[in-house]
Amino acid sequence: MSEYFHSVRLTPERCKGCVNCIKRCPTEAIRIRGGKAKITEARCIDCGECIRRCANRAKTAVTDSLDDLKDYKYNVALPAPSLYSQFSADVPANVVLCALIHLGFDEVFEVALGAEIVSDATVEYLRRPDAKKPAISSACPAVVRLVQVKFPELIDNLIPLEAPVEVAARLVRSTRCRELGLAPEEIGVWFITPCPAKMTAFKQPLGAEKSSVTGAIGISQIYGELLKAVAVVPRDANCQRATARGVGWALSGGETSAAAAANSMVIDEIHNVSDVLEQVALGKIKVDFIEALACSGGCIGGPLTVENRFVAEHRMHQRLAKMRAEDEARGAAPAQYHPDSSLTEYDRTIEPRPIMRLDEDIFKAMYKVEQMEKTLRKLPGLDCGSCGSPNCKALAEDIVQGEAVETDCIFKLRERVRDLAQEMVGLAAKLPPSLEEREDD
Amino acid sequence: MLDYVLKGGDFDTAGEASSKIKRILQQIGVRSDVIRRIAISSYEAEMNVIIHAYSGVLRASIYPDRTELSVADEGPGIADIDLAMQEGYSTAPDHIREMGFGAGMGLPNMARCSDEFSINSVAGEGMKINILIRHS
Repeated sequence: MSEYFHSVRLTPERCKGCVNCIKRCPTEAIRIRGGKAKITEARCIDCGECIRRCANRAKTAVTDSLDDLKDYKYNVALPAPSLYSQFSADVPANVVLCALIHLGFDEVFEVALGAEIVSDATVEYLRRPDAKKPAISSACPAVVRLVQVKFPELIDNLIPLEAPVEVAARLVRSTRCRELGLAPEEIGVWFITPCPAKMTAFKQPLGAEKSSVTGAIGISQIYGELLKAVAVVPRDANCQRATARGVGWALSGGETSAAAAANSMVIDEIHNVSDVLEQVALGKIKVDFIEALACSGGCIGGPLTVENRFVAEHRMHQRLAKMRAEDEARGAAPAQYHPDSSLTEYDRTIEPRPIMRLDEDIFKAMYKVEQMEKTLRKLPGLDCGSCGSPNCKALAEDIVQGEAVETDCIFKLRERVRDLAQEMVGLAAKLPPSLEEREDD
Repeated sequence: MLDYVLKGGDFDTAGEASSKIKRILQQIGVRSDVIRRIAISSYEAEMNVIIHAYSGVLRASIYPDRTELSVADEGPGIADIDLAMQEGYSTAPDHIREMGFGAGMGLPNMARCSDEFSINSVAGEGMKINILIRHS
């Protein structure tokens, strides 16, 4: 396996080599080369902006499929809280969850339950005197990767807790192994995901050495079958245990309210997150807790969802209002599982992955910075992207790194052509002295 | 060597000079915790001019082993430097404080982040701050 695994992939036949994705990428990870979008793996944070942006549907995320279930004796579905938002609030959560059983899973275990456990652990963490403030939630894997590549100085501010899906997977895997007498490798634990970055997180976990999640299946991939199943599942089915507190994590702000974090800030959409982290790095943001989510609106806006994000948000609000009333009626305790710290513990440090550095050798890097500034001054500054780099600054960087040349810029090329043409005209008018008529004769 | 001309009261461009300095340091590959100190110092220096002075110049001289920042401004200057160095002391007017600036942390922050720090001022004319931060 290469150094970096990424779930975001290109279908070359569909890529027209347009500039939409390169202009939108928050880490400037994409270049157009040979008429196709090419991702620089070290820079990619799997946020999925390019998937969302591509009008030709050339960008996709690799996920697993229902066929992979047959390799395991016992299969557990871990539906993301955002799954509920893909259905009208009139379809009970129970029915949506039990529809997954219909699709071939042996059990459904809600990630929202993991979210409730993580919420409790977050409350506890924020109380700790050694917690570095502002504490930044590490639940969104694209945000964690953004910190690694763009804000390595903020790594210590990331809350060292596992994400809800990992906690849910640990819990269900260990309990079922014991109860069913199965070996861990005989149990398939599948995240039903709105998020391409989560897929990467399982294949190449940042915290825990090995993820307890077997794989991820995109919501959009099974949505059709799920819709059919919802119609046939009995309405009184019973698969649901999580409360509104955990399910609310699907929306931007849900985590903050679940952790009852008082002096907090909620940011969604990856470019917004980047802007605010810039200010956090300057020490300007004096809050205790930051909930930062890569997708607009939170996980309901994930690239692997089906429903429009605003529609999903509306449905989620309706569902949550209903759920809160129900929770109260059945007297559901907010946390049914007592957080055992081994469930939420992060057992590896998050390494910085700085991408900005131009050269390992500081002297060479300084020389390159100077060259880059000089080159940039010569470029037109239109940031058109026609050269295949997202903007003139990025082209200047690519030029000093030897990955592009100045005439990749169509305006520079035109200038060169014009200069050459003028030179040719000049040359054409020129005669050898033997043919030149002299006036002094 | 990078020079940035700053104008008092110009909040539209506030922070631009320090982000450029930060970006260059990242491209050079200076350690991230050191970059953070330099970025905070240059940001505070930049904001100091924008909040208090009429105009000024922020200069960043980046060497392989250190970064030197100097900021010289034309403005009211500081009458009592010792007092200005105290945390929480500020002469910023209310409208600036309402924007979340002028908390009296600027100068102490700069001093805290730097390895060498000096400040000179003539009241009524302006002031000059020199900051040195080593890269290791």
